[in-house]
Amino acid sequence: MSKPRVATTSLCGCFGCHMSLLDIDERILQLAEIVEFDKSPINDHKDFTQRCTVGLIEGGCANAENVHVLRRFREMCDVLVSVGDCATTGGIPALRNLVPLEECLEEAYVKGPSVHNPSRRIPDDPEIPLLLDKVYPAHEVVKIDYHLPGCPPSADTLWEALNALLSGKPLALPYALLKYD
Amino acid sequence: MSEPSLILDGREIPFVPGQTILQAAEDAGAWIPRLCHKPGLEPCGSCRVCVVRANGRTVSSCTFPASLGMVVECDTPDLLAMRRLIVEMLFVEGNHFCMSCEKSGHCELQALGYRLGITAPQLEYQFPRREVDASHPDILIDHNRCILCARCVRTSRDLDGKEAFAFVGRGPHKRIAASAGSRLRDTSADVSDRAIDACPVGALLRKRVGFSVPVGRRPYDAVPIGGQEVGR
Repeated sequence: MSKPRVATTSLCGCFGCHMSLLDIDERILQLAEIVEFDKSPINDHKDFTQRCTVGLIEGGCANAENVHVLRRFREMCDVLVSVGDCATTGGIPALRNLVPLEECLEEAYVKGPSVHNPSRRIPDDPEIPLLLDKVYPAHEVVKIDYHLPGCPPSADTLWEALNALLSGKPLALPYALLKYD
Repeated sequence: MSEPSLILDGREIPFVPGQTILQAAEDAGAWIPRLCHKPGLEPCGSCRVCVVRANGRTVSSCTFPASLGMVVECDTPDLLAMRRLIVEMLFVEGNHFCMSCEKSGHCELQALGYRLGITAPQLEYQFPRREVDASHPDILIDHNRCILCARCVRTSRDLDGKEAFAFVGRGPHKRIAASAGSRLRDTSADVSDRAIDACPVGALLRKRVGFSVPVGRRPYDAVPIGGQEVGR
């Protein structure tokens, strides 16, 4: 029997959740034995090679590319898991939701105290993914099957969750592993 | 004559006349989840987290008096779902950024989320625009985190004898205010007020003392609010 395939991505996140996955220490050898990584920053595969058992989503959706990647994950993964507070709530990037987008861009590219931009132009090249009106948690864009909150979720949380999902057991985290910070 | 009793989830428990359902349950060792309720304050029943069914009616157990032979349901799947939904609504209608909040690990709203096993809300986040009043030299109000439990209002009025806090506005515009709308620094609110400690979330805070307890040793890191978990 072939190994279950796992795909991961970081949308509007900081890669902290991926770092937390690496924080499982020597158990990563065990993980490499039981799964095959497909599209993931861990092996630098840019696109899916085939359908995956589990997809791990770090980060919320802040731009059109995030939405595109998230929809692709939903299409290609049997079980989709939101990993971390950005995916489950929007997280720190969602602080911008409290400020109108126009003001946000002006502060970043025109009015900010350290900004040097004589043309006063806000980047609008079609190559740059279009920003959304606000940052959305993943489950407000596609169906998400499980959520692992935390900033980041601890290595033990990720390990427990992956083991449960890969062995087909119900995912029930013990109290100490469900945290929002 | 034996003392009066009621039935809580099929179990007969005694109560003292005048007690609420929540108090009677607590004396019998059954902790009903709650948020706006705080011992020593007059119950106000505003958060509805302590919802139970008493003789078939859904009521807030912190305000509803216990009565003879009353049949109370608390740990049923539908009441649990209701309780979870109430807590989820409190999360989505404010701006609760747990990962950067000084109150994280000490927050009763967060602790209820943990106890009820909430991993993400089913409802859409509202991201309302709210103010922070940091005008006072020693304390601040962050309206983003306020859940309108009225604990500070009641504590200031009944225990501090000050009325430093009040509600203004109605419906979705309702918010906590310092002495009916003035800035916090222009009021009698003081860093030693018991009202500051009464806040269950990170809305009313002392300045310069955050993050003093390391992660892992905070009150709700290992032990659920209300003690060991019973069901969820």
